[in-house]
Amino acid sequence: MRIPCPYCGERDLGEFTYGGDASKARPAHGSKGAKTWGDYVFVFENPKGPHVEYWQHTLGCRQWFKLKRDTSTNEILGMEQ
Amino acid sequence: MAKGYSVFSILKHALWPETVWPEAWRKAEPKPNYDIIIIGGGGHGLATAYYLAKNHGVKNIAVLEKSYIGSGNVGRNTTIIRSNYMLGANTAFFEKSMQMWEGLSQELGFNLMVSHRGQMVIGVSPGQMDGLARRGNTMRLNGIDAELFDRKEVEKELPYLDFSKEARFPIWGGLLQPRAGTVRHDAVAWGYARAASALGVDIIENCEVTGILKSGNRVTGVQTSRGKILSDKIGIAVAGHSSHVARMAGLKLPVESHLLQAFVTEPVKPMVHHVVSWGAELFYLSQSDKGGMVFGGHIDGFNNYTQRGQFTKVKEIMECAVTLIPFMARLRLLRHWAGIQDMTPDGSPFICTTPVDGLYLNGGWCYQGFKATPASGLTFAHTIAMNEAHELNKGYELDRLMNGAALDEHGTGLRDYRQ
Amino acid sequence: MTFKRLPEGGMIDRNVKLSARLDGVRVHGFGGDTFASALLAANKIVLGRSFKYHRPRGLIAAGAEEPNALLTIGKKGTQIPNLPATQIELADGLKAKTQNAWPSKHFDFGAINQTFAAFIGAGFYYKTFKSPGRKAWMFYEKFIRRAAGLGKTSTAKSTLRHDTANSFCDVLVVGSGPAGLSAALTAAQAGANVILAEQDFILGGSTLSSAYAAQAEWRKAALEALQGNSNIRLLTNATVKGIYDGDLAVVAVGDDTHSIRARTIIFATGATERPMLFDGNDRPGVMLASALQTYANRFAIVPASRLIIATNNDSAYDSAIDLASKGVEVFLVDERSVISGHALDRAAVAGIAVITGSTIKATHGAPVLDSVTITGKTNLTLPCDALGMSGGWSPTLHLTAHQGSKPVWQEAIAAHVPGALVPSHFAAGACNGTFGINAALREGDAKAQAALVLLGIKGMPAPTTLPVLKPDHIYAIIASKPTTQSREAFVDFQGDVTAKDVKQALDEGYSNPEHLKRYTTLGMGTDQGKTSNANALAMVEGPAMTTFRPPYTPFLIGQIAGRSVGPHFRPTRLSPLHDWHRINGATFIEAGLRKRAWFYAWAGATVEEAYRKEMEVVRHAVGLSDVSSLGKIDVQGKDALEFLNRLYVNNLESLSVGRVRYGAMLNDDGLLFDDGTVARIAPTQFYVTTTTANAGDVMSWMEFLLQTQWRDLSVHVTSVTDEFGAMALSGPKAREVLAQVFLNEDVSNTGLAHMAVKQFKLQDVQVRVLRMSFSGELGYELHCPAAYTQALWERVLKAGEPQGIKPYGLEALAALRIEKGHIASPEMDKRVSLDDVGLGKMASNKKSYVGEVLRHRAELQSPQRPRLVGLELMEPDKKLRGGAILFAADDKVTGHGRGHVTSVTWSTDLNMIIGLGFFQGDMIVENREIVAVFPLKNETVRLRLVSPHFIDRGGTRLHA
Repeated sequence: MRIPCPYCGERDLGEFTYGGDASKARPAHGSKGAKTWGDYVFVFENPKGPHVEYWQHTLGCRQWFKLKRDTSTNEILGMEQ
Repeated sequence: MAKGYSVFSILKHALWPETVWPEAWRKAEPKPNYDIIIIGGGGHGLATAYYLAKNHGVKNIAVLEKSYIGSGNVGRNTTIIRSNYMLGANTAFFEKSMQMWEGLSQELGFNLMVSHRGQMVIGVSPGQMDGLARRGNTMRLNGIDAELFDRKEVEKELPYLDFSKEARFPIWGGLLQPRAGTVRHDAVAWGYARAASALGVDIIENCEVTGILKSGNRVTGVQTSRGKILSDKIGIAVAGHSSHVARMAGLKLPVESHLLQAFVTEPVKPMVHHVVSWGAELFYLSQSDKGGMVFGGHIDGFNNYTQRGQFTKVKEIMECAVTLIPFMARLRLLRHWAGIQDMTPDGSPFICTTPVDGLYLNGGWCYQGFKATPASGLTFAHTIAMNEAHELNKGYELDRLMNGAALDEHGTGLRDYRQ
Repeated sequence: MTFKRLPEGGMIDRNVKLSARLDGVRVHGFGGDTFASALLAANKIVLGRSFKYHRPRGLIAAGAEEPNALLTIGKKGTQIPNLPATQIELADGLKAKTQNAWPSKHFDFGAINQTFAAFIGAGFYYKTFKSPGRKAWMFYEKFIRRAAGLGKTSTAKSTLRHDTANSFCDVLVVGSGPAGLSAALTAAQAGANVILAEQDFILGGSTLSSAYAAQAEWRKAALEALQGNSNIRLLTNATVKGIYDGDLAVVAVGDDTHSIRARTIIFATGATERPMLFDGNDRPGVMLASALQTYANRFAIVPASRLIIATNNDSAYDSAIDLASKGVEVFLVDERSVISGHALDRAAVAGIAVITGSTIKATHGAPVLDSVTITGKTNLTLPCDALGMSGGWSPTLHLTAHQGSKPVWQEAIAAHVPGALVPSHFAAGACNGTFGINAALREGDAKAQAALVLLGIKGMPAPTTLPVLKPDHIYAIIASKPTTQSREAFVDFQGDVTAKDVKQALDEGYSNPEHLKRYTTLGMGTDQGKTSNANALAMVEGPAMTTFRPPYTPFLIGQIAGRSVGPHFRPTRLSPLHDWHRINGATFIEAGLRKRAWFYAWAGATVEEAYRKEMEVVRHAVGLSDVSSLGKIDVQGKDALEFLNRLYVNNLESLSVGRVRYGAMLNDDGLLFDDGTVARIAPTQFYVTTTTANAGDVMSWMEFLLQTQWRDLSVHVTSVTDEFGAMALSGPKAREVLAQVFLNEDVSNTGLAHMAVKQFKLQDVQVRVLRMSFSGELGYELHCPAAYTQALWERVLKAGEPQGIKPYGLEALAALRIEKGHIASPEMDKRVSLDDVGLGKMASNKKSYVGEVLRHRAELQSPQRPRLVGLELMEPDKKLRGGAILFAADDKVTGHGRGHVTSVTWSTDLNMIIGLGFFQGDMIVENREIVAVFPLKNETVRLRLVSPHFIDRGGTRLHA
């Protein structure tokens, strides 16, 4: 698979690190709700289909970015802000 | 019990070739309702149905399989069985599974080729050796076989590993579980299917569940590609697709689906007599009875339902193979494939009731689904029949993470399981 | 049966005489031969034994689909088993061995299995060997394993070398037959960057097997045009093994592997002829009709006098005519009663007798074919030299399916063709079910034009006239379902799967193609079912197809791995001081990817001896240790303090410039992630160290938070792990040494107090001096640019000579920290909480930090959770080991225990063995006697529970 890094262009998968589901909002720093934090940390949407996720171009520019990918085909559907 | 296969049945068919062998399991058509529906005709689903019928006397059970039975991970793994677990509930659960494997061919009347050839885990640092010792000591204290080997002793048993001076990660020793080994994976699905079918279980292939029907917070049945089927108890045993199916009942799980690849070489004469696992990177290998080296490594590293492995990972695993076992360089890879496995934040499974009444979950198996099959079936059947956990699966509840009772058997931590 | 080499013709160079050996016997051949053709020319017919019944087997094919003629090539160290003779280019001096026969391929003991063939049919093993006893299989397995496997290899290390390469192209053309060459020409001439990959050692594909002169001429012209075009790279001996996500084609090129990222791929991989099912279809001398045609036209080898060809389709007529034209007497046995007049006319012209409405009943000869019994409209037995089979053609569509495209059935040609492909993939010629050379030429061109459109490259107009190379005859076939259920009719030659086995598996309900394959082992051999799957699936009700998975043909594992093996398996990270350590007697140890100095020869020859001496020096004088592997991160920006304050559990608000603090950070789940130090260099600049093990993860985590979550913070993080070397100067005399190094600086207890940081200059090189201690002694860490680290190290050693300074290694470093009760990776196993390791008090309750909320989950608060403890060995003559399990003195020794031992060392201060470990929190009482058990060695020792801080609890030494 090839990943389109928004800064370096399309590069091989081996240069990147997957960072998981990016559709979940991280609870605000300092927020105290255990259930909110628990859901954020432990529970996954895990869809069979389009999935917004984090990747880091670890062996490149080291930037984290959001990507939309179809988990049933690995087709890259675009970048997310 | 299914009509037994025996020397006599084989003799009969050899001498009277026109006699037709009976179907191994009935190709059942769906009925309008069942006492219990198991979604997923893999090893776990079929085993669960078998133990529900056998241990709990449930007569009216359906196993719904979207493709052919055993089309998921029971037919895609590297066939390893072992019970070298050291944390809490895991130890007894996987040892129970191991004990069940030992008698399963006879019980099912189907030779699963359970081979206790021993698994050697190779340690590559003093720290890893301490970790292996802790594991081995805990096993012994729980009545499980384990032996600690130093470097010389490993070399005597597995001389083909790289013991040279140049080895990138020198071998310090190993932990052997003599009773660990391999099982002919497809046979597990067929053996359980045949035995369950003989007890009256309907095994319905090419029947995909497309929806879970509920009344209030209670399940009432399933919508399938072959119509609506009613039942007020539904067990999900579709690891790899647990999130997908649970979502039909409105549940989100602590599960991500990841790809695990597996590899087999051409058959060669026997050279490797154990299951070998490595500590430098996740890598495990055994030689099948047919002669092929069967091996695998780490998951591909990002969630995925494609069943197509990435070449980056293929190459990494070949590097592991050649580095640990230099002669592997001269064997040829015959086939490789990928299974979809449920990964959980702590690496341990779920066998439990769920917040939805009448809905039960068996999933989150990570790397260890195959070896768990018998105990998983046994305890999931109990959980469904009794509506509460069996003694052995009490640690496998859905809320353990929120309670801080994670079972992180390999100390991989929250962050590392993806890469 | 007998074959002979013709005196002229073929694509061999009779001037290049080659000599190889098979099982020690010389085999002669010519340039351009394969091992298979040389053997056939030499009339070596039996080339091995089958897997299960050990039946004698010979060649059936001329290409990658060969299931029988597998050889082991090379000597110990280079020996590779299971190579099809048809794919080995003959070379002078090549040594090969036949396989799977004992004692020899002519007399094979395993052939006794044939006698029992009636018993050991499909699923035999599943039904038997279950008793007696629970471990029955363990008894039988020994014998069954002995019979397993085909080839044999040695356990010697491979001496072969393999490289890997990456390439990119606009168009990858797979296959160099008419469709492939045509596609490559069109694409390259339009200016596209093209790679053509051909698995054979010469280009030409099916044209190499043709007798038509026009084809040879066209091929020559096409190759000349391509060779003169700089847009194209022509690869021979190049097998595309798999198509992976991202249009990655992985290609075995000779001994190397090329990863080719192709914007478009044109599959022109041809088709494979199917065998026919009849009794004895596996007898040596029975071959594919097209293989006989290839051996005749390309290698000038023909059956000595008479050939029979059995068929159900028209393509066999071409094979028959070519052989007849070379003087072979040919009989065609055609299953069909109605055959096109055209085909019959051509056969008649060539002098071929056609027996219609008839099939082969059985073959005869032991072990090689001598005659054939024909049944149907005509019944007779004919002696012959060879029997050709043509059961129709299956497009070689494997690669088209690797990305998930499902092949579809095409009734007209009774075969599967590629289904809907991904937009960047194209199939042309026989691979696409388009049979006939002219049609293939045109389709190759058309698909290349389509690829050019997709690429946005303006192509040339399609040539108005493509050459007509040979009349394309109508391909007619009857798609009859095999009717035989015989256990003498082989569906899968290599796996010895018979028609009877398939029938039985279907009776038993293993009717899904995947069940059928797995139950009978059909298609599981090294030939991967290239000749068997189609025939077996034809016996299944309804449309049936198996899954095609990479690799297309078996792929040498060393070749995939390339050079990243053995010592080059993973990068070796070295300290800037590595060379110094090496020259000065260090023994190294692997720590993750790093090699670190473990102990030094000055202190002893073994680690046990050396580390104690090194400890003594640190405790009583002064030592110097390399800590360059620590993770080092420079954190700058106006919000740097806020950022670190969110990340670390500590309250850093009070950390003033010039001060250092020991801190810890948690994962989001509230468990301990890493520990290290934070030094405030300037109001907006911090210098952070992490553990060696977590350096990369901490860096990524900081970047994640800053780039995706806390984007409002103005902070920049830079990893300087490799840019800075670091050393720890420890011991009661450390200050004296430091003063000698930095003569002009105030290093007094007030000038450089405990947990202070200062930047000193040494000849323009800035050295960061952090006063802190891992060992428990008065200590300093000196960080400086990597290029100057060795100079600084040497200067410190020199300066410390009067104090008796010595270098100490990782083992002593670890031992000293155990005495001091500092946690390290054995204690930080990612399962522990801050409270578990006794650092709960470090967490601030005045502010929030990552992991704060989930740190308080119920079970993590349990008083029973194991907590960090110190352990003293009460029985000095016994051993305490890491990994021992802890119990209370009066416990029954069973189950999981109440804790375990993580780290053990000799304590120079206490003159005894001590350790760190975890023990059930609510049972920790200072000086309580407990036991450590180590059942793996049958050891039990008595211990005393103590504080993990064995030395200097008041910290007098640190503050001295």
